[in-house]
Amino acid sequence: MTQRISVTVNGQLYERDVEPRQLLVHFLREDLELTGTNIGCETSLCGACTILMDGQAVKCCTQLAVQADGTTITTIEGLAQNGQLHPLQEAFREEHGLQCGYCTPGMIMTSAYLLQENPHPDESEIREALKGNLCRCTGYHNIVKAVRRAAEGGA
Amino acid sequence: MGVLGTSVKRREDAALITGAGKYTDDLTLHGMVHAIIVRSPYAHAKILRIDTDAARQAPGVLAVYTAADLAAAGLPGVVPTAWLLPDIKTPEHPILAKDRVRHVGDGVAVVVAESRAAARDAADLVLVDYDPLDAVVDPKKATADGAPQLFDEAPNNIAFDWNLGDEAKTEAAFQSAAHKVEVDLRNNRLIPHAIEPRACLASFEAATGELTLRMTSQNPHVHRLLMCIASLGLPEHKIRVITPEVGGGFGSKIHHYPDEAITAFCAMQLKRPVKWIATRSETNLTDAHGRDHVSKAELALDSGGRITGLRVHTWAAMGAYLSTFAPAVPTYLYGTLLSGQYDIPAIYVRVWGTFTNTTPVDAYRGAGRPEATYVVERLMDLGAQEVGMDPAAFRRLNFVPNDQFPYPTQVALEYDSGNYGGAMDRALEIADYEALRAQQAERRTKGGKLLGIGFSSFIEACGLAPSQVAGALGAQAGLWESAKIRVHPTGTVTVYTGSSSHGQGHHTTFAQIVADRLGCGVEQVEVIHGDTAQVQFGMGTYGSRSAAVGGSAIATAVDKAIVKAKKIAAHLLEAAEEDIVFEDGQFHVQGVPSKTQAWGDVVLQAYLAHNLPEDMEPGLETTSFYNPANFTFPFGTHIAVVEVDPETGEVEIQRYIAVDDVGNVINPMIVEGQVHGGLAQGIGQGLWEEAVYDESGQLLTGTLMDYALPRAHKLVSFETDRTVTPCPHNPLGVKGVGEAGAICSPAAISNAVLDALAPLGVRHLDMPLTPEKVWRAIEASKGGQH
Repeated sequence: MTQRISVTVNGQLYERDVEPRQLLVHFLREDLELTGTNIGCETSLCGACTILMDGQAVKCCTQLAVQADGTTITTIEGLAQNGQLHPLQEAFREEHGLQCGYCTPGMIMTSAYLLQENPHPDESEIREALKGNLCRCTGYHNIVKAVRRAAEGGA
Repeated sequence: MGVLGTSVKRREDAALITGAGKYTDDLTLHGMVHAIIVRSPYAHAKILRIDTDAARQAPGVLAVYTAADLAAAGLPGVVPTAWLLPDIKTPEHPILAKDRVRHVGDGVAVVVAESRAAARDAADLVLVDYDPLDAVVDPKKATADGAPQLFDEAPNNIAFDWNLGDEAKTEAAFQSAAHKVEVDLRNNRLIPHAIEPRACLASFEAATGELTLRMTSQNPHVHRLLMCIASLGLPEHKIRVITPEVGGGFGSKIHHYPDEAITAFCAMQLKRPVKWIATRSETNLTDAHGRDHVSKAELALDSGGRITGLRVHTWAAMGAYLSTFAPAVPTYLYGTLLSGQYDIPAIYVRVWGTFTNTTPVDAYRGAGRPEATYVVERLMDLGAQEVGMDPAAFRRLNFVPNDQFPYPTQVALEYDSGNYGGAMDRALEIADYEALRAQQAERRTKGGKLLGIGFSSFIEACGLAPSQVAGALGAQAGLWESAKIRVHPTGTVTVYTGSSSHGQGHHTTFAQIVADRLGCGVEQVEVIHGDTAQVQFGMGTYGSRSAAVGGSAIATAVDKAIVKAKKIAAHLLEAAEEDIVFEDGQFHVQGVPSKTQAWGDVVLQAYLAHNLPEDMEPGLETTSFYNPANFTFPFGTHIAVVEVDPETGEVEIQRYIAVDDVGNVINPMIVEGQVHGGLAQGIGQGLWEEAVYDESGQLLTGTLMDYALPRAHKLVSFETDRTVTPCPHNPLGVKGVGEAGAICSPAAISNAVLDALAPLGVRHLDMPLTPEKVWRAIEASKGGQH
């Protein structure tokens, strides 16, 4: 038994039949082959799978694909516009805000949501906003710097 | 100025910030199917029967295999340990359990189906009859008479009983000591938690007998070797291991586990590509854990506060089986570091490695050295207290002085260089130590939150290691590293390194090493690693060895290429080879700067071979198998400043100052990043992280809900600095930085919290220093019952 959903991902409309139990992250990774969104814990605790859904940061490992019906989604693949990296992508590279890169798509998407809500966060606001995203490599030090850099337009 | 020592931005990042990077789970092969491993829910049980009928008949299922199927296929089917100590017990570790399971998560069967969901559904239909047995989870209690026994061949669960140092001399030091300090310590068990779970995609070409494994590995050649000789029985040259992007390792992706071998077996049987991806809870049950020591540590002092002896007894958990390098971790990577930065005339250490019904324990960031640093640095604080000295002054009094290098310790190492006072001075200066102590004194008078200042002065032995030494100590491998430099006819270079990157930035830093020596841009250099079919051989990335050993191999191979190119240049310039100078990418005759040949022209000539010196082969390709002359010895002093809320026991980090000496630096940005990451892991050990088992062997911290990893809002921006004492014995003068932060910080954080609590009479608390533990200690100090 499948259910038809229609969802706009990175500006493109998709209509697909999905199993009701299929997770959104599997739909994005396997059905749409958008593998930039990573799975780290399947329990919403690590944040590697964070995407933007209708403008909200969402951990898509605990959303069902059917819940995405009618929504507009941005994944890491859709962040750069017209071949121009998003300021956060630039800033993560400039500030060495990533090492292994596995948490990075989720970190950048959460940061994008933060800057949309609060364009000029201070360090404690950045740290608070990122507390749902785990990074095991950077100790967050350079991630915080990257978000500040992007917010200051210095990317 | 050369490119070495500059913060070149990482060439890795373009793929990783756009989602284009491909990790193992991002790969799909035609006809790919999915494996799910059925795991024991019991810590210790006999397997009476496995019924796979219902699972086999479930929709989409292709096969279900158990240990019986592995045996029927004639597989060697075991996971070996690769480090043997004298008289060590090495019971068999089958890749699927045969008649007994020994930890929760031990694999008993594997289900392969067309989709991951179908495999998971069918895995629930595998019926296993278990006869549960009593379990033991504590490394010291495991040795008690009457404790549940894991293996008949290891009485009292003792895998090895190892010692180092002079027992009699140490006892004499304690007999004549003016002061003695003793403390019982528990080094908390940790789960590495690379954010990418372990994964493997296996494919098998029946026609050629070639197996390809794309997998999460820190050392693909080591995995291939162990896979071939112990697990699968395939010839080594028929196995290819590729590491796509690898999402962190921290040690956990060094080890050879059953799961990747099981996945390979499925692919060989079914002749279809098979993918296995661990869930987070599987990762927590099966990735080798770290630490888990129970120790008794003692310090002997003279009346002036000079250390005269140090003695340690440690019970180190091995878990249910001996993992790949596990026996080395609490012995040669631990006992040998117990002199710390100090001139200690007598040391003795005895270590029992014990089997427990828990996940196996092996190298995790620091591997033995954080445990040693914790023992030594807790003792330093307690020693300073005992003799009434400031902890910084006490350390300084006992540091190995600069004029004593090379310094032979009482525990088998020879420190080649050091400037311990220099790093301490710098840390005190950054901290503004006197002002901090004044602030603390004021706070202690006024009341309110308690301020604590904690030191840790650490040494590590890394850059593993002189191969002949490693061999003498029980390693079943050499610990050199290889590099091949392929100079293309146009002069650009491809480097093939055995050191396999998983976040460290080798594509960038290794290119810097080559570019610096050739006087070219980093964009002229490509770095290839992580593929046994392309790279000659390699020992991999761990033990902070990539720059010191892998980087030295690259430097040596480049120098060999330059030597050959110089001969060609001399021939072309009609000059003697010894008169040729190579600088800024140009060869010229000494004293005649106008007479030059560019690197590219010389290289082209090597390939044209129209005009080469007599007896010279064409081409320009060199290889180095670099065997380090000694370990390297990074060191440093860290200072943690914390505030403890006496009402809640909550610890808030105020500042963290890290002064490290890692020798010369290839890329400061990357070095600082490594320090930051290590600090977060070490602070995590100090304050939050702990793998907890109940008495029956159930892992109570099996998810990220229960196992507290450091999060952004709990940490601060770190204050890092460096002193530079180059390594005297490798061509780059580098020492390694990957583990420093994780080695030093657990002790610094612990000492800071205990410094805050000292006026209350709290002498010691074991990590992690959770609010509950701290609050109970504060309440107990008031005489309350909690």
